[in-house]
Amino acid sequence: MDMDTPVGANALDAEKIVGKPLDRVDGRLKVTGGARYAYEMQQDVLYGFVVEASIAKGRITAIDTYAAEQSPGVKLILTHRNAPRQGNGNHREAHPVLTGPLVSHYGEPVACVIAETFEQARAAALLLKVEYDREKGHYSLAHHLDLARIPHQPDGAPADSEIGGFPGAYADAPIQIDVTYRTPLQSHAMMEPHATLAVWDGDNLTLHTANQMLNQGRQVVARTLDIPVEKVRLVSPFIGGGFGGKLWVNADAILAAIASRYLKRPVKVALTRQQIFHVTTHRSDTIQRIRLATGSDGLIVAIGHDVFSGNLPGEQVYEAAALQTRSLYAGPNRQTRHRLVPLDIPVASSMRAPGESVGLLALECAMDELANKLKLDPIELRIRNEPAEDPEKRIPYSSRHLVACMHEGARRFGWDRRNATPGQVPDGRWLVGMGMSAASRGNPLRFSKAIVRLDPSGSAWVRMAMTDIGTGTYTILTQIAAEMLGLPIDRVRVELGDTLFPEAAGSGGSFGAASAGSALFEACEALRKKLADSVGMDAGTAKFIDGHIVTGERAVSLLELVGDGVEADGEIKPGRNNREFSQQSYGAHFAEVGVDRDTGEVRLRRMLGVFAAGRVLNAKTARSQAIGGMVFGVGAALHEDLVLDPRFGYFVNHDLAEYHVPVHADIPASLDAVFISELDQHSNPLKSKGIGELGICGAGAAIANAVFNACGARVRHYPITLDKVLAALPKQA
Amino acid sequence: MKSFTYERARSTAHAAAAASQPGVKIIAGGTNLLDLMKLQIETPSTLVDINHLPLDKVEETTDGGLRIGALVRNSDLAADLRVRQHYGVLSRALLAGASAQLRNKATTAGNLLQRTRCYYFYDISKPCNKRVPGSGCSALAGFNRIHAILGGSDDCIATHPSDMAVAMRALDAEVETIDREGKTRRIPIAEFHRLPGNTPEVDSTLTPGEIVTAVTLPPPPPGTQVYRKVRDRASYAFAPVSVAAIIDNVRGRVRSARLAFGGLAPKPWRVAAAEQILANTAADARAIDATADAALKGARGFGANDFKIPLTRRTLHGVLGEIART
Repeated sequence: MDMDTPVGANALDAEKIVGKPLDRVDGRLKVTGGARYAYEMQQDVLYGFVVEASIAKGRITAIDTYAAEQSPGVKLILTHRNAPRQGNGNHREAHPVLTGPLVSHYGEPVACVIAETFEQARAAALLLKVEYDREKGHYSLAHHLDLARIPHQPDGAPADSEIGGFPGAYADAPIQIDVTYRTPLQSHAMMEPHATLAVWDGDNLTLHTANQMLNQGRQVVARTLDIPVEKVRLVSPFIGGGFGGKLWVNADAILAAIASRYLKRPVKVALTRQQIFHVTTHRSDTIQRIRLATGSDGLIVAIGHDVFSGNLPGEQVYEAAALQTRSLYAGPNRQTRHRLVPLDIPVASSMRAPGESVGLLALECAMDELANKLKLDPIELRIRNEPAEDPEKRIPYSSRHLVACMHEGARRFGWDRRNATPGQVPDGRWLVGMGMSAASRGNPLRFSKAIVRLDPSGSAWVRMAMTDIGTGTYTILTQIAAEMLGLPIDRVRVELGDTLFPEAAGSGGSFGAASAGSALFEACEALRKKLADSVGMDAGTAKFIDGHIVTGERAVSLLELVGDGVEADGEIKPGRNNREFSQQSYGAHFAEVGVDRDTGEVRLRRMLGVFAAGRVLNAKTARSQAIGGMVFGVGAALHEDLVLDPRFGYFVNHDLAEYHVPVHADIPASLDAVFISELDQHSNPLKSKGIGELGICGAGAAIANAVFNACGARVRHYPITLDKVLAALPKQA
Repeated sequence: MKSFTYERARSTAHAAAAASQPGVKIIAGGTNLLDLMKLQIETPSTLVDINHLPLDKVEETTDGGLRIGALVRNSDLAADLRVRQHYGVLSRALLAGASAQLRNKATTAGNLLQRTRCYYFYDISKPCNKRVPGSGCSALAGFNRIHAILGGSDDCIATHPSDMAVAMRALDAEVETIDREGKTRRIPIAEFHRLPGNTPEVDSTLTPGEIVTAVTLPPPPPGTQVYRKVRDRASYAFAPVSVAAIIDNVRGRVRSARLAFGGLAPKPWRVAAAEQILANTAADARAIDATADAALKGARGFGANDFKIPLTRRTLHGVLGEIART
């Protein structure tokens, strides 16, 4: 169906199974090693090891492969000299490798060594001698703002927006905030490194690969290798995290495919942890200027957000950090602008909540600065600026319960105990503070299809080319099918991660559950109709309970109807609802931190997220998603910082020893996420909204605001490491 | 990673003899060496495994100290009751280091002999005098947040990353070794690690083939023992600054003070003059300032590590203030 009209009452509303905190159906497989990931498939294969460019920009002048060729076990050394011609495009369209002697960024693969074992391939790779002519490049965002241009992303929102007269309104307002925030380069740091096994059967290619969006990935592979898309199959039943780092096809997949075709044997290529930082994508750093103006009543009269981010020349993806600024708060005069600086560093692309997650690190701290200036409670400031409709699109919200989230969070967290004056709450050597932030994330819907079949045994199976990147997709789809068909959980089998199955949205942009779940819902509706029709019942009123179809007093066992099996397809498409309603999920974060009064170390003490995101499909996996996002927010606020060395154009700390993400000891036991009740009639048939990224949105800002409240340090350059806090600390007695 | 041969040492003497051959590396816990080999920073042709040698005991010495076998795991040492009771600074330093999994594998000698975590040292495509003598130091004018403000040279400003060694420095530990001829010696820990000078590739004063067999601790010194590790995250992070302090306070006055610092230098940093300044004071703010001045004498930042100077001062204030209050 197309999402053109509000969703009325439907079979999910009973919530007998949907919404329950069901354990992951694939949990046992995962904790016992039964879930097999791309690199674990098929053992009798060859292994490839990627050789990265050790310069950032220039030209390969020589590759000496002699020693590597003589090394034990080596079967092939792929370089630009023997790699096939490939299709090209931006990183969302194609991923050609080894295309020529030019090096466009540090870590770009310059060779791939294939050998009988991984160890042999790695040893030989290190014998390769590559010589370069270096060219000067542009690496640092801050140093090259003069190169900024207006990006054009054909499928994205426009780079700029302008409502009313921002400059004049801002200039004339009595209260102004004009602050510049900076967020660092970040890396996804998912658990499973990028890995692919390529197998050719004639001219049919199967890639077992860690990829979030298989149908899109299939297109990219086909275009890159210049083969018909029907000849490409991507298989990815289990993925060890992605966070956007596996949205697109990476070098491991193409190199494995090319090598396997040459050698006529299956080839595996995995990236090492260190390689991931340069070979794959990252999140650009940003420089964000926020201007807020109000009257003394705290009502925003002008809101402006200018964002700089970087990407390789030719790439259009920019960090859309001002997107939420367009819809989060009221105000008649508005201006948002995104500028993209071409830089010769690896491709910048989506990382968990691209745009919002770093945009809210700036906007929500600027709001805190504004509240402080106005001597208003930060929640009160936000309530005063709650818009009645989307202030830029001038359309209603599909549902919006930000204020309810803030109230509920304040109540649960004990916000009334916060001392608004910074530095007033000591606890031993700690200075304690509280902060809050709003959370908001767009709610997209994407085309998806599903097939569901009831087999003669009375069990159902579901198939779709959807992925589960660790979010719980298998589980929620199982719940939807079980609820719709009146079957117990163990009579439903969901099979995902294969492009032989019906096309699905994949996992990304928080659209996975809504899109795949709705397609499955529609397929189940169609199956219900078939079954009801077959016994002359009205599908609209018949109930599916305990393996029976029931109307009034009459109950028929599904086993009697199923014959050789009955199946049905379903699909979902975005429609008018997605244009006529402003769709976001919302929430509020509350954080309490301690700042060591001597050293400036910041430690999170408590954190709470309260979210309104439509129907919750599984209370347990939803909470896990929200908590995971909040932990990401802790990293964004306090830890994550991929450091560019502009002399070499590379990321200095490209391993997990020095690229810090939060570890267990950084996350207090008192970190929780709760959802308030909401059903969204306009979002999709499930009435759900995306939650995979909502948890990160604003989370870091709540922590930053708590740091300010604790000790008075307003750090506008993330992450908030102790060196940036030191100067604000009290003098030592 | 280069292919290598693997052997098991038959005895400590055999290990020492083997280690004197070029291309031979001793492996114990392997928590650092294996990483270095995978990245081709270390390229031994032979690994000699000493894990089964009888060097895994913590024993009391006749003078009332402790003798810690080279192969005692960091976890075991931290949990040893005698260490916890009498050498709290060491137990705390050990537990402040790495992660539980690493501490279960890492050994006492291996901890002392671990290499720096300098980013540029870990990337073979970058100049690094410690890895490739004469190739240059990338950290001096590069990103040097974790680098030394004391004891470095124009050739190298890498820090020694150990927490354990900092506590051992405050405790005046001695390192027992054996060489290929079976000769043993005891090296005061102050002389075990060396400053880079113009040969930063040499981390310690061990001679070729000389291997560590034990670390001995003198009888526990009087006073309160504190290990304070400042860190960017709560676990599994190297210290920008750490302080091992042993302060003997009597009626509000410092009778004796020992202060060793980690994260600041190529070796655990201890300045006798600083300790003397603190002694016989009430550890008031002025005395602590003067102590910090002496401890930081000659300190120099290189940009990203400038903050270590004020951070060290503040940490010292915090630690001494805390001891004074207890």
